[in-house]
Amino acid sequence: MAYGDKTAVDGLSLQVGRGSITAVLGPNGAGKTTTLETCEGYRRPQAGSVRVLGLDPHRQRRELLPRVGVMLQAGGAWSGVRAMEMLDHVAALHAHPLDTAMLRDRLGLADCGRTPYRRLSGGQQQRLGLAMALVGRPELVFVDEPTAGMDPQARRTTWELLEEVRGDGVTVVLTTHHMDEAEHLADQVHIIDRGRLIASGTPTELTSGGHTATIRLVVTRPFPEGAPESLAADLGPGTQVTQLDERSMLIAGPADGTTLRVVSAWCEGHDVVPESLALGRQSLEDVFLAMTGRELAG
Amino acid sequence: MSTPTGTFAPAPGGATLSRQVAAQARMEARLMLRNGEQLLLAIVIPVIVLVGGVLAADRVGLDLDGHRAVDVLAPGVLALAVMSTAFTSIAIATGFERRYGVIKRLGASPLPRSGLLLGKVLALLNVVALQLVVLVVAGLLLGWRPTLDHPPTSIAAAVLAVAAGTWAFASLGLFVAGLLRAEATLALANLVYLLLMAGGGVVLPTSSYGAASAVIQWLPSAALGDAMRAALVDARLDASALAVLVVWGVLGTVLTARTFRWE
Repeated sequence: MAYGDKTAVDGLSLQVGRGSITAVLGPNGAGKTTTLETCEGYRRPQAGSVRVLGLDPHRQRRELLPRVGVMLQAGGAWSGVRAMEMLDHVAALHAHPLDTAMLRDRLGLADCGRTPYRRLSGGQQQRLGLAMALVGRPELVFVDEPTAGMDPQARRTTWELLEEVRGDGVTVVLTTHHMDEAEHLADQVHIIDRGRLIASGTPTELTSGGHTATIRLVVTRPFPEGAPESLAADLGPGTQVTQLDERSMLIAGPADGTTLRVVSAWCEGHDVVPESLALGRQSLEDVFLAMTGRELAG
Repeated sequence: MSTPTGTFAPAPGGATLSRQVAAQARMEARLMLRNGEQLLLAIVIPVIVLVGGVLAADRVGLDLDGHRAVDVLAPGVLALAVMSTAFTSIAIATGFERRYGVIKRLGASPLPRSGLLLGKVLALLNVVALQLVVLVVAGLLLGWRPTLDHPPTSIAAAVLAVAAGTWAFASLGLFVAGLLRAEATLALANLVYLLLMAGGGVVLPTSSYGAASAVIQWLPSAALGDAMRAALVDARLDASALAVLVVWGVLGTVLTARTFRWE
C-alpha cells in the first residue's frame, strides 16, 4: 500500500482465526490504520491479495459490509446528532440489530444519550463508535484504537466487553499502540513497524522468545565505541544486546544471576558507570525495542 | 469457543434497502430541520425578502408589467427557498459530512452509496415541500393571489420547475461539497447564494435587469425564478427556462459524478 512514493504498508502477511482477538500492534504511523482500511475495502492494495470472510473486500464490498462491523479511529457521526439517535440509526440499517438500550448501558452511555456528538468527550465518542461497530451483530469487527482517549475505568469496561464479544463467537481485529492492551486482550499479536510485519505470535510466545528476562541499562556517559558487541561477547550465546541510544542498552537473556553479574563486571571493566539497571520480565514493549531499537509508546 | 445464544452472537445482515433509505431520509431531514442556520436560510430569509420586497416595491413604484408586487415576488421567493435548501444547505451539510467521516462511516454500513444519495434526495424533497407550504401560507397572508387562469397548468409548471430546480441546484451543491474542504464549501455556498439572491434573477424577473438580462437568463437561479413566475403569474410553462435548468442539472450531475470524493 503506497501513498505517492511513500510506502505505508509493504509485504505484510497475516491471518486471523475466527472467534479470536487479533491485535495489530505498532507505533503511530506504522501502517495499522492502512492495514485495517484495506481489509474494510476502503483501499485497494496495489499488490498482493486480501480476503476477509473469503471475500475480496474491495471488489465484493457490498457482500462483505453487512457481515462486518467497523469502528473508525475518529469521527463517523454528524456533529449535531444525539448519541443514541446515531446508534439507533446505524441499528436501523441492519436486519437483526442488538438492543440499543442494552448496548448503551453496557458501554456507559446512559448519561449522554441525548448529548450532541460534538459535545461528547473523546472517550464517549470512542464508546459510541464501538457500539456502532457492534450493533449490527457482525461476524467480524475491525476496531481502530478502541481505547484511545479513554480513562482507565472505561478502558477496563471496553476490554471486558471485547472479551465477551469474542466469547460469543465474534472475531475481533483491533489496532493499538498500547502493548498492555495487546498483552491483555489478544490471542494473536502482530507487531508492525514502518508497514512491515516484524513479529507475530501469542503474547506468551512473543515475550518468552527464548529469553525470560530483560535488563535495561542506562549509564551516566555515552557508551564507548563497540560497546554492544563487546558486552555481547562477554555474555556469550543465548543473549541479545540492543543499543537504544548513546546511553542506554537492552539486554535480553536467561533470568539468572549470571547475566546481571556479567553486565556489572563489564561496566566496571570499561569504566562505565550505571545510572540505572532495571531487571524485568520481557514485555511486548521490550520485544518491540529489541527489534527496532525504538520505543513503541506513541 | 462460540455460544450461539450469547448476547453478541453474530446475526449479520442489512435491513431491506427501502427501510435503510427511509431511515437515512428521516435522519437527514431531522438534522436539516434541527439546524438553526439552515432554518434561517430556508424560511426566515425568504419571508424577509418577501415582506421587504413588497414594502420596497410600493415605495419606489417598481414597474412589474402592471402586476402587483406581491404576485410577482411570491413565486420568486419560492424559487429562492428551493435554491437555499437544494444548493446552500445541501452543500454545507455534505461538506461537513465528509469532514466528520459520516460518509466514510456510513460507507462501511450496509447502506449502499445509491441508498445514501436516495435518502439525501428524499430528505431534501421533504424539506423543500415543507418550506413551500410555509412560504405559500405566508405569501397568501401577505395578500398574494396566484393566477387562477388555468390552475392545472400552473400547478404542473410549478411542480416541474421545483423538481428541475432542485435537481440542478442539488447537483451543483454536491459538486462543490465533493471538491472543496468543508470551510471553503461553507463560504462559497453562502457567497453564491447571496450573489444569486441579489443579482441572479431569482426574486425579481430577469427582464428587470435591463441589458444584463441577456446573461442572467442563463443562470439556474434566473431560470428557476422565471419558470416559477411563468407558472404562478401567467399560468404558463416556460419551456426555455426549464431547459436551462435541465442543462445545469446534467452539468452538475456529470461534474459531481466525476469529481466527488466520498471521504
